[in-house]
Amino acid sequence: MRNISLLILMALITTTLSAQKGYNIGDVATDFKLENIDGNYVSLSGFSEAKGFILIFTCNTCPYAVAYEDRIEALNKKYAPMGYPVVAIMPNNTNIKPGDSLEAMKKRAIEKGFTFPYLIDSEQTIFPQYGATKTPHVYILEKVLVENIVRYIGAIDDNYKDASLVKIKYVENAVDELLNNKEVHLNKTKAIGCSIKI
Amino acid sequence: MKIFIYFALLLTFLNCVSNQSKLEVYDFQGIKHFLYQSDEKVYVVNFWATWCAPCVKELPYFEQLQENYKTNIEVLLISLDFPNQLESKLKPFLEKKQIKSKVIVLDDVDMNAWIPKIDSNWDGAIPVTLIYNSKKRQFYAQSFTYDQLQDEVQKFLN
Repeated sequence: MRNISLLILMALITTTLSAQKGYNIGDVATDFKLENIDGNYVSLSGFSEAKGFILIFTCNTCPYAVAYEDRIEALNKKYAPMGYPVVAIMPNNTNIKPGDSLEAMKKRAIEKGFTFPYLIDSEQTIFPQYGATKTPHVYILEKVLVENIVRYIGAIDDNYKDASLVKIKYVENAVDELLNNKEVHLNKTKAIGCSIKI
Repeated sequence: MKIFIYFALLLTFLNCVSNQSKLEVYDFQGIKHFLYQSDEKVYVVNFWATWCAPCVKELPYFEQLQENYKTNIEVLLISLDFPNQLESKLKPFLEKKQIKSKVIVLDDVDMNAWIPKIDSNWDGAIPVTLIYNSKKRQFYAQSFTYDQLQDEVQKFLN
């Protein structure tokens, strides 16, 4: 009887695990070719100098994403010169969220002076592969030879409300560790966000 | 001493007056007991926000559920609206939609600390719903129709 319970339990655990789609830490992340707000198409392979990427699924319309706009820009300013540029991808269905159209993205990027690529996943085929479910949702990738390995998944920091009250800068800590050839010790964090509109 | 008593009375009075239109705002510690009540009722706890379109869409179903099962179900709507938008967004929304279920606000920035405590599989996207009674509990990372919601709740009522 105990064995049967154990079997059922294990089956349940396996089902739960396999139900979680998308990447985990250590997985190889897919490259892509997505349209940027300047009309060019951007791929990770195009960044020959990069050591990795701060890939952020974000958008115009989610209040959490908006709360982080300046911090995302600051991340790019700080880490792009060190080999970890920000690449932002807007994953929403723009029929549901017209405020996230390429035109609206362009406008927002100009208003906020974004210096990072702000791409649109117009076919909505990339974010499901990563397993992104909300905005903002960060994936830090480390380039190892020709592959990009997932090293961190989660939030930007621990205070969406007020950047000045942040206690732990999850993303900065992770990139700093990678730059120092250390293992990312806090590699998964959770935060409330807006579900990606499909 | 007399002054002190008057002052205390005044404070109590002011508190009563302002409570009429005041939302209950808690940190995670403060909402914990709402997630573990162990009487005869089935508790349906929905995490939502006015800025979340799919949440707003399913809200009427939770209202309908509360209306149809007045005695044995208690619906609790936990709002994750931004604290600086409670007056400007949440309150007018609740009034306009005439929300009757109990609404409380969760304001706790350390989300990485409390999200896993609600459910280890929750990644932070909303809406999500927790249904529980004194015997079992289940977490749903999904949107509901009324029929789906009723079906799930039935499993707890039987």
